[in-house]
Amino acid sequence: MFVFHRVGWASLCIHEYIRKKEVRNMKLTGAAIWLECLKEQNVDTIFGYPGGAVLNIYDALAKHSHEIRHILPSHEQGAAHAADGYARATGKVGVCLATSGPGATNLVTGIATAYMDSVPMVAFTGNVGSPLLGKDSFQEVDITGITMPITKHNFMVKDVNQLAHTIRRAFQIAQEGRPGPVLIDIPKDVTADTAEYEQQPPLPVQRSKKSIPDYIIEQAAELIQGSKRPFIYAGGGVILADAMDELVELAELLQAPVSCSLMGLGGFPGTHPQFAGMIGMHGTKTSNVAATQCDVLIAVGARFSDRVVSDVKRFAPDAKILHIDIDPAEINKNIASYYNVIGDAKKVLRLLLDRLEHSELESKDDWVTELKQWQKTYPLTYPKNNGLKPQFIMERIYELTKGDAVIVTEVGQNQIWAAQFYKYTKPRTWLSSGGLGTMGYGLGAAIGAQIGRPDKRVFNIAGDGCFRMNCNELATAVEYELPIIIVILNNRSLGMVRQWQDLFYDRRFSQTTIDRTTDFVKLAEAFGALGLRLERTEDVDAVLQQALDARRTVVIDCQINPNEKVFPIVPPGAAIVDIITEE
Amino acid sequence: MSGEGKRHVISVLVENQPGVLTRVAGLFARRGYSIDSLSVGETREPDISRMTIVARGDDAIIEQIKKQLDKLIDVIKVVFLPAESSVYRELVLVKVKADPESRASISGIVDIFRARIIDVAPNSVTVELTGDQPKIQAFVDLMEPYGIRELVRTGLTALQRGDEDISLDD
Ligand SMILES: Cc1ncc(C[n+]2csc(CCOP(=O)(O)OP(=O)(O)O)c2C)c(N)n1
Ligand SMILES: [Mg+2]
Repeated sequence: MFVFHRVGWASLCIHEYIRKKEVRNMKLTGAAIWLECLKEQNVDTIFGYPGGAVLNIYDALAKHSHEIRHILPSHEQGAAHAADGYARATGKVGVCLATSGPGATNLVTGIATAYMDSVPMVAFTGNVGSPLLGKDSFQEVDITGITMPITKHNFMVKDVNQLAHTIRRAFQIAQEGRPGPVLIDIPKDVTADTAEYEQQPPLPVQRSKKSIPDYIIEQAAELIQGSKRPFIYAGGGVILADAMDELVELAELLQAPVSCSLMGLGGFPGTHPQFAGMIGMHGTKTSNVAATQCDVLIAVGARFSDRVVSDVKRFAPDAKILHIDIDPAEINKNIASYYNVIGDAKKVLRLLLDRLEHSELESKDDWVTELKQWQKTYPLTYPKNNGLKPQFIMERIYELTKGDAVIVTEVGQNQIWAAQFYKYTKPRTWLSSGGLGTMGYGLGAAIGAQIGRPDKRVFNIAGDGCFRMNCNELATAVEYELPIIIVILNNRSLGMVRQWQDLFYDRRFSQTTIDRTTDFVKLAEAFGALGLRLERTEDVDAVLQQALDARRTVVIDCQINPNEKVFPIVPPGAAIVDIITEE
Repeated sequence: MSGEGKRHVISVLVENQPGVLTRVAGLFARRGYSIDSLSVGETREPDISRMTIVARGDDAIIEQIKKQLDKLIDVIKVVFLPAESSVYRELVLVKVKADPESRASISGIVDIFRARIIDVAPNSVTVELTGDQPKIQAFVDLMEPYGIRELVRTGLTALQRGDEDISLDD
């Protein structure tokens, strides 16, 4: 053991040993404990922004910069989205940090975004010193009060002796069961106070605490067995549970079509012949028709959001719904189910497969034929008018990256085109704000994703409105030399809202035409990124290839027609089966 | 707040953490659940509190209330206390106008209800009464003609009948 070839390394190890020993026996400041606790959790990257209340923490970070990489964004919202993108792309917990007051409130949109999409995240905020709390002190804000409804849980640590335990617990809560963000607020004096610290392994994280009784699997299996027209609706839970293999196995065994919610994309291969496309508001007609005609609808890790279901009464009217989810509160929340299994999707599917493997199943020949017919009758296409097509750009990105990129999106038409016209074949390659629909999410999230997955090509598919909201983070992408490609589908309008005004408000375009003079190419250059402009269909491949080859932050300003629309669309109040597929 | 649906009495054991009351109250407000009353106090273990919540809703809503409460990290246990198998009590303090003439008849009603006069002033008496809600309502109705100056109720609190209890285990 103690044969060292290089003295440098040996002395480093001894140094490390002594340091560890010191850590074991010494009293540490709150800031130092905070840092040690992050190391316990194997956190190697955090996204943060300094300020008065976190000076002690930043001092500790400076001393340990070789152990924990700190990414400094332009704005705390960027830090929160980056931590979120990092978590979604890697499956690890994303960590962000902000100072008190405005620093803390700037995290709020990012925390809410993560909460709605069940992203494991731990957010730290500094606060004013304990004696100043509750006195409207400078930069004091009640961030635990503010974030109560948008965190899985939050804490304020008022005693340095509680700090280590609270951090350990926060990481556990963020990951166990249905994941979500946890916030810890630390008054400044707590970061300076000292306490005994002893290193500990992370608290165990159980995806699901309860075991699943045999009779539940038996009943669920019987329901499935009796189905002649089964349909699978997969949500983000499939990705969180890493259950794609089991889902594919089940779908193939049952010969069932599979539709994904927006959050479920990448949970089932988009190239699979049984993939019916997205379901719901901007789903495929095939998915929506199949869901309406099925006799058993198996929902896996999905929550029947209003964007999927539209009119509850006319959603899957002939189906017995089997709802599989880790969160008991999702059962019967948005729709009444016939039967449910509570548990981790991977585990539940495995148990079902074991039970179903050797059982007799109904013949699905007619159902399979129908499905093929629908796929042929209602393909996901788009008219080739109006010049440069956003759908075509997405298709080319898919081809040029061989479907191996991580696609992050903003919100609006850009998001839906990105969802529809790129085939997601692997989990964690599609990152989008599904639940909150946060404009300005994409660039920050792309930064986090690229930092978490340096081996991947990361795209941010953006609208001009969204990009303008948080383009400050271009500075961050350039600073950290991240080869992110930002594709602005520039329709010079708040396209999705404009589309609703066009279709449902007699074309009264109210505040959605944003024909501003911003030159995104020059803007990119001003930030130190490469700016490219794309205007003609015939240039798509060359420009995308140039962006890929540049290996630096690139902004592509794609000039598309403001009248370009997202189809299919379920009109407000309609049943999903009445989806409109073209103008 | 009032609301549609049947009345349910829910006992909630919670960690006695700062903000726990806000978490529970906020949950009801945010999700639009109707709540008639909420009372809370420490249990025998000082770090655990027990809330008694009277909520209204159809079966689906009541199911959601339980599940959403269960999701709160500080909530340890949620138990329904149905009327058949539980005792419900509430305490009310009523300050009633009283002059020398009316005092005797008020005192008579107080005795019948096994209430107590806990404060006497020249122009009023203050009565304490414990009971289930119909009893309290009947008493309040009888006091009304004398002139109620002030009234305060604790909200309902409840326990299971018999040897049952909502232990911490399971
Ligand atoms: C923070 C925020 N504000 C407002 C909205 C409402 N909204 C949804 S899509 C959209 C338009 C987005 O415009 P753009 O980024 O240009 O995307 P496009 O639809 O044109 O592709 C708006 C305003 C939102 N989702 N998020
Ligand atoms: Mg736009």
